[in-house]
Amino acid sequence: MENRETIKKIQRLAAKIRRDVVLMIGDEGHVGHLGGSCSSADIVAALYGHKMKFDPQNPKWEERDKFIYSKGHAAIAQYAAMAEMGYFPTEELTTVKSLGARLQGHPDRLKTPGIEAGTGSLGQGLSIANGMALAMRLDGRDRKVYCIMGDGEMAEGQIWEAAMAAANFKLDNVVGIIDQNRLQATGAVIDRFNTNPLPEKWEGFGWHVIEVDGHHIEEILRALDEADTVKGKPTVIIAHTVKGKGISFTENVVAFHNGALTKEQYETALKELDAQISALN
Amino acid sequence: MSKTQSQRLAYGEELVALGAENKDVVVLEADLGKSTMSCLFQQEYPERYFEMGIAEQNMLSTAAGLAAAGKIPFCSTFAVFASGRAYDQIRQTISIGKLNVKICGSSSGLSDFGDGSTHQAVEDIAIMSAIPNMTVLTPCDATETRQAVRAAAAIEGPVYIRVVRNDLPDYIAETDSFEVSKLRVLKEGRDVAIFAHGSMVETSMKAAELLEAQGISAKVVNAATMKPFDYQGAVEIAKTVRAVVTAEDHNYIGGLASAAALALSKSPLPMDYVAIEDQFGQSAHSAAELMKHYGLTAQNIAEKAKKLL
Repeated sequence: MENRETIKKIQRLAAKIRRDVVLMIGDEGHVGHLGGSCSSADIVAALYGHKMKFDPQNPKWEERDKFIYSKGHAAIAQYAAMAEMGYFPTEELTTVKSLGARLQGHPDRLKTPGIEAGTGSLGQGLSIANGMALAMRLDGRDRKVYCIMGDGEMAEGQIWEAAMAAANFKLDNVVGIIDQNRLQATGAVIDRFNTNPLPEKWEGFGWHVIEVDGHHIEEILRALDEADTVKGKPTVIIAHTVKGKGISFTENVVAFHNGALTKEQYETALKELDAQISALN
Repeated sequence: MSKTQSQRLAYGEELVALGAENKDVVVLEADLGKSTMSCLFQQEYPERYFEMGIAEQNMLSTAAGLAAAGKIPFCSTFAVFASGRAYDQIRQTISIGKLNVKICGSSSGLSDFGDGSTHQAVEDIAIMSAIPNMTVLTPCDATETRQAVRAAAAIEGPVYIRVVRNDLPDYIAETDSFEVSKLRVLKEGRDVAIFAHGSMVETSMKAAELLEAQGISAKVVNAATMKPFDYQGAVEIAKTVRAVVTAEDHNYIGGLASAAALALSKSPLPMDYVAIEDQFGQSAHSAAELMKHYGLTAQNIAEKAKKLL
């Protein structure tokens, strides 16, 4: 298992991602997808901070692993991770969504170095990941494509087309990760449109299924390593998460799916996250 | 005019030729490979051919991923499904990302006569043309289809190629060079210019014969690129005639009638169009029967031309 330092490093990155997310949303009344960004921050940190191979100085490096945020509205968490890893200056983060900025509301491969493909119309990322995985196979590259999806997103029919396709093509270089934070834009997934049970569905579609606590770094890393050992079929990691995780007043609160922060909330959030970061130093 | 050939066969054969030259060319199909003729590529290069099942949306997004990884995917299916079922996938990832995906809309217009309105694309050009970054090619015969496939592969970005189900006479010679966007004059004439694309080029050539028999000199212009449309070329051609008629197996909204009207908005010339009048198709026992019903015949074109002069 990974040593304590590695885990601490990833935890620190996750806290920094959450802090960057708060900074990006700001205190001037702009809304941002805080909830789903914070619920997946630990997974994003584990991928960018440890698991994936890439070169921020050469975003098109051919031997890189690839990351697709199918739930593209959580792009701010990816921007934060990318900035922390050196793709672009962290100072650029607060330009997000401003006119002319490289950092768009949803991922844009032409505007942002290191973004692999545009996502945001939900349900399409896994298909894109499959295409990249097929290309890796044709090119004889032993790398992986990681695709984070939402549990609300499981309602999109194309997810299941892609799930069948990945199994049909035996894409063991695709790792799907479901950020099961149980809330969607207007309420609880289970009350709005129940997409459960997920493990049985994915197993039935021919995937190797692993369930983890999506905020437990060791569990996430173990699952990612297990995916490396699975041959002949794709792996999906169902990560049980808390929407808005890491900030006391945003956890499990639907309003922060795409909400604004008051000046007071903004200050409180930063204070809490600063404390988490110092505790990990 | 030489022999009659299939645009679909030309599409499949040219994919095979491209595949031999460029290992990055890959082909995706949604269970219509024997209709679109992409099956020819499967026979030659099975490892680069992906049968995606009856799932067009997944096919187009998968193609997006392949293109983002440096491949040149050609996706084929019926034009209705390419432009309708998979519209969002084409718009969101492929076109916003300017990805190198080539889409062949097969059995377009009313050419799938028996299957009826659900399988007859009368609005695909309008839909595809309205998407930024998209190129729309509308070849008029088999030879031009081969040229369009080559041109599509050379373009860095998404391309929609529209072909029909029925065989068409060859008007384009292999030696004629294909230039994206450029209008091609297929027949000279002084009185009226008939602009057409796809299978309506054949109909327009027949209309020109009918007009010539009545002493009217008709020029036939092939618009093999609907986007970017050759607006300036249309203006120049209009200066050589006294009237303009457009002919298309597509809704008049967002097709050739619209493009020509925009191009000639400052021209004093009288204009008219032959097109589908904002309605869906239906089943019939032949394409000819449908073309007559919807007013898309050589006689219809000739009559409209005569009225303008």
